[in-house]
Amino acid sequence: MNDQVSGAADGGYTTDEMMAVAAARELRDGAVCFVGIGLPSEAANLARATHAPNCVLVYESGTIGAKPETLPLSIGDGVLAEHADSVVSVPEIFNYWLQAGRVDVGFLGGAQIDRYGNINTTVIGSYDDPKVRLPGAGGAPEIAASAKEVMMVLRQRPRSFVERLDYVTSVGHRHGGDSRAELGYLGAGPTTVITDLGVLRPDPETKELTLVSLHPGATVEGAREATGWELRVAEKVATTEPPTDEEVAVLRALHARTAAARAGSS
Amino acid sequence: MAEVTTLREAVAEMVEDGDSVALEGFTHLIPTAAAHEIIRQERRNLTLIRMTPDLIYDQMIGMGCAEKLIFSWGGNPGVGSLHRFRDAVEHGWPQALEIEEHSHAGMANRYVAGASNLPFAVLRGYVGTDLPEVTSTIAPITCPFTGEQLMAVPGLNPDVGIIHAQQTDRKGNVALWGITGIQKEAVLSARRAIVTVEEVVDSFEPRPFQIVLPHVAIDAVAVVPRGAHPSYTHDYYDRDNAFYEAWDPVSRDRDRFGEWMERHVIGTEDFDEYLESVREEGAIEV
Repeated sequence: MNDQVSGAADGGYTTDEMMAVAAARELRDGAVCFVGIGLPSEAANLARATHAPNCVLVYESGTIGAKPETLPLSIGDGVLAEHADSVVSVPEIFNYWLQAGRVDVGFLGGAQIDRYGNINTTVIGSYDDPKVRLPGAGGAPEIAASAKEVMMVLRQRPRSFVERLDYVTSVGHRHGGDSRAELGYLGAGPTTVITDLGVLRPDPETKELTLVSLHPGATVEGAREATGWELRVAEKVATTEPPTDEEVAVLRALHARTAAARAGSS
Repeated sequence: MAEVTTLREAVAEMVEDGDSVALEGFTHLIPTAAAHEIIRQERRNLTLIRMTPDLIYDQMIGMGCAEKLIFSWGGNPGVGSLHRFRDAVEHGWPQALEIEEHSHAGMANRYVAGASNLPFAVLRGYVGTDLPEVTSTIAPITCPFTGEQLMAVPGLNPDVGIIHAQQTDRKGNVALWGITGIQKEAVLSARRAIVTVEEVVDSFEPRPFQIVLPHVAIDAVAVVPRGAHPSYTHDYYDRDNAFYEAWDPVSRDRDRFGEWMERHVIGTEDFDEYLESVREEGAIEV
């Protein structure tokens, strides 16, 4: 939720709201977007309610063109099917849509990410004797493989931005350079990582994630401290445009409707 | 040929110790009543198959029904961990749980191959991930026509497939609509199929995105109203999101979990009594 961090700037918004707004802005109108639950779903629905009313939201439960008025708690909530353009089976969504190359953007979260945008959502510690067993792969490996590009949204912390993943659940730019291309996947891999501190994009050559923009109030030192590897920083780091009043209002209204719907059903 | 029977009889006749059992329903139409009946009848050493184990397998694992789990995403959707699943994997409680782990695409294709009576399915995925390192049922294969490297996964043919649906007619045909996930494949890949439904109708009305499973594909149909709770049944009742959130603290603690299951599942005769029992406890909308 958006209430645990107070505003980093004077604009009257939280760092989580800044993250959602920055992520939403990355989604272009009309894109077919395969949406993960949680932060990606929040950002995708904010985009749909602001600058990208024609984006087609796809959820792995088989809903295509979902238009939820409230944020779903799960990827298969009834609100996703209610006004969808179509509802198809799970094999169909993965085979005919994702694998066939009909998805423009895969929008993912993750427990751990490394400098090449590889993702771990499986286990902390060893696989056979895990310290923490996480939920696992879900739809992520094939979204990361076959969406034309992948955007990620997650909070930047040393325990989630790690030097070495305990397990590779989903492939980003693998070992950097051209190493992803050798795998034969259709998709280009991660193009943007949006955090609560800024925006990272892969270097065109090495594919290492590079800090290219800082949200208002965030610093390079803060971003470095929040990263478990030696963070690469662009020569010129931009400052993210703060959220507009409209973006904040729409996001808060989305959360208010979601909270009211949950309260009404419990 | 589908026989309309009670859930108790269907489970007693068709689910045996040591069976591989797939209870499917992708967030929607999760067959909770059937899972509870398997727990009540104390089935043991089951291989549980399900893309998203969800609360029902958390409960079955915690109650000692399972020796193996084949799955692709083991969380409490939108809430966090499945604590009984984690306790089994991390600490072997109440017994060690062997896991066979795939992605959703891999699981979906395994069911499709099983339903098609094919030994394996191919997909473009898994390459470069650690999944093939830990899961023996993922193997590379070369396309005989193009030479492309792909991944193969074996077909799934569960001993028993179980789903929940909206309606059955007098012949035992079954209609479901809304998000229909992997249910068709779960039924058609299984050696025996049990379906629980909300109600019996004389004939089906056309609905958007409806599928009808012919009675010849189903062995037993049992009427269990609200049988998917806390999941939902499209056009009947909503997902009980508060229950999913309330499950987190209940399942976190072994004793509290055991008492909860004893009070609401073991200590009740059937799903109607279970619903009454959790309703009396309040805070849960059923």
